[in-house]
Amino acid sequence: MSIMEYNGGSVIAMAGKDCVAIASDLRLGNQMLSISSNFQRVFPVTDRIYIGLPGLATDVTTLRERFRLRVNMYTIKEEREIEPEAFTHLVSSTLYEHRFGPYFISPVVAGISKTPTGGIKPFIAATDLIGCINFAKDFVVSGTASSKLFGVAEGLWEPDLGPEDLFETISQTLLNAVDRDAFSGWGAVVHVITKDQVITRKLKARMD
Amino acid sequence: MNSFVDQFSTHSPTAQLKRAQKLIAAEEDDYSDAAWGSQAGFGGMIKGIPAFKVPAVADPTAFLRLHTDDHADPNCRIKIQHGTTTLAFRFKGGVIVAVDSRATAGSYVASGTVKKVIEINPYLLGTMAGGAADCQFWETYLGMHCRLHELRNRERISVSAASKYLSNLVYSYKGMGLSMGTMICGWDKTGPAVFYVDSDGTRLKGDLFSVGSGSTFAYGVLDQGYRWDLTDEEAQELGRRSIFAAGHRDAMSGNTCNLYHVKEEGWDFIGNYDISKMYYEGPGDVPGAPGGGYGYAIRTEGRSAANPPPS
Repeated sequence: MSIMEYNGGSVIAMAGKDCVAIASDLRLGNQMLSISSNFQRVFPVTDRIYIGLPGLATDVTTLRERFRLRVNMYTIKEEREIEPEAFTHLVSSTLYEHRFGPYFISPVVAGISKTPTGGIKPFIAATDLIGCINFAKDFVVSGTASSKLFGVAEGLWEPDLGPEDLFETISQTLLNAVDRDAFSGWGAVVHVITKDQVITRKLKARMD
Repeated sequence: MNSFVDQFSTHSPTAQLKRAQKLIAAEEDDYSDAAWGSQAGFGGMIKGIPAFKVPAVADPTAFLRLHTDDHADPNCRIKIQHGTTTLAFRFKGGVIVAVDSRATAGSYVASGTVKKVIEINPYLLGTMAGGAADCQFWETYLGMHCRLHELRNRERISVSAASKYLSNLVYSYKGMGLSMGTMICGWDKTGPAVFYVDSDGTRLKGDLFSVGSGSTFAYGVLDQGYRWDLTDEEAQELGRRSIFAAGHRDAMSGNTCNLYHVKEEGWDFIGNYDISKMYYEGPGDVPGAPGGGYGYAIRTEGRSAANPPPS
């Protein structure tokens, strides 16, 4: 069995109107045996950027610390907060540094970026385990339930959703997709990022 | 010796064989396929055990082992249903049979509403683990022979005899890729009975069995709560609670639990219970249930700082 499916777990991010949402399940397993129903794999990077790290659990912890270090170094050198685009490239190059012995994680980035004119723009992206970036306008998926997430998201997503509608859409997408995946589920968490706040909610999910 | 001459001789062994074959073919035609409705199902079984086409190679067993499901070789195989939890146990009030309802193909949950208890006849139940088609076909076939036994002997077949019939049958196909782990449960002259039969040819009599990827979890709860003098309600609750434990912890088991109770008069379908609903709310208003959800987080809510009461 693939090492990418060893611990299970999935992440999805969706773009809305002046907002983005990122959601993940909370399962940590050892192949078929479910261990924990409270394993966080989505982390804040700045006030407006979140990163989801589905894949091998040991690398979730390692990469989170690595990204924290590199974002701190960036902030000190540049004397400003990192933007989602720059952070995604930071993620990509960190992963590609390990091209021949990769971390078994395919990250998802969600954030709000500033335009040169002073406006804001929703930003979502995903990369594979060696850092190939996939920018998307609608949604990105990753993890053991990614194929199922693609199907449901393709059916439910629509452009320019407000924060509450986006929350409903991403929640239904995640919940219904992970119910068709044996290695994801056991609880779920959703973060909706808007210009001036982040709404975090835990979802009541199937526990089998 | 001289094959060319043989072909035209009327007394050669080849000619005799040809005549015999013609005779057999004529006998077989006594029952037209139309008389049995179709060529599928159990038609044609009047001629004995159904004959299956086997791969046209020198050693079909070796060939099939290479390409079909076998727990000795986890790689290439014809994929069939594997993740499952089934259990059956004997107690003073009869036999409890409980199963989950999830069917997986790799990590994909192909169905959440599978019937894994096969109702062989009104007083015999079989459980399904391993190949769904293998279990379904051979247990239905077993039901047919149990009926024939009744007609011949004017007596219901014992659970022991029925299970032995099945185990002998699957043993004759050993190595050809049949995959089944089943419990044959019922009530006969000797009282409640449970037999474990699998496709390796194993046949075991016992009080308590669990089969499938979730069996270890089910055994944990089952062993802890099992007694011979369980009441009917307690026994049903134990079966339900054991399947819940397996459905919760095992990724390949879940969705719902089907519960059966075999009594002296035959089996009873007790109910279908959603495993996630059991986690949060319990099985509902059923005799034997303690009330409230089975989930650890639910049972310990408000008991510690790590799991504070809902605000």
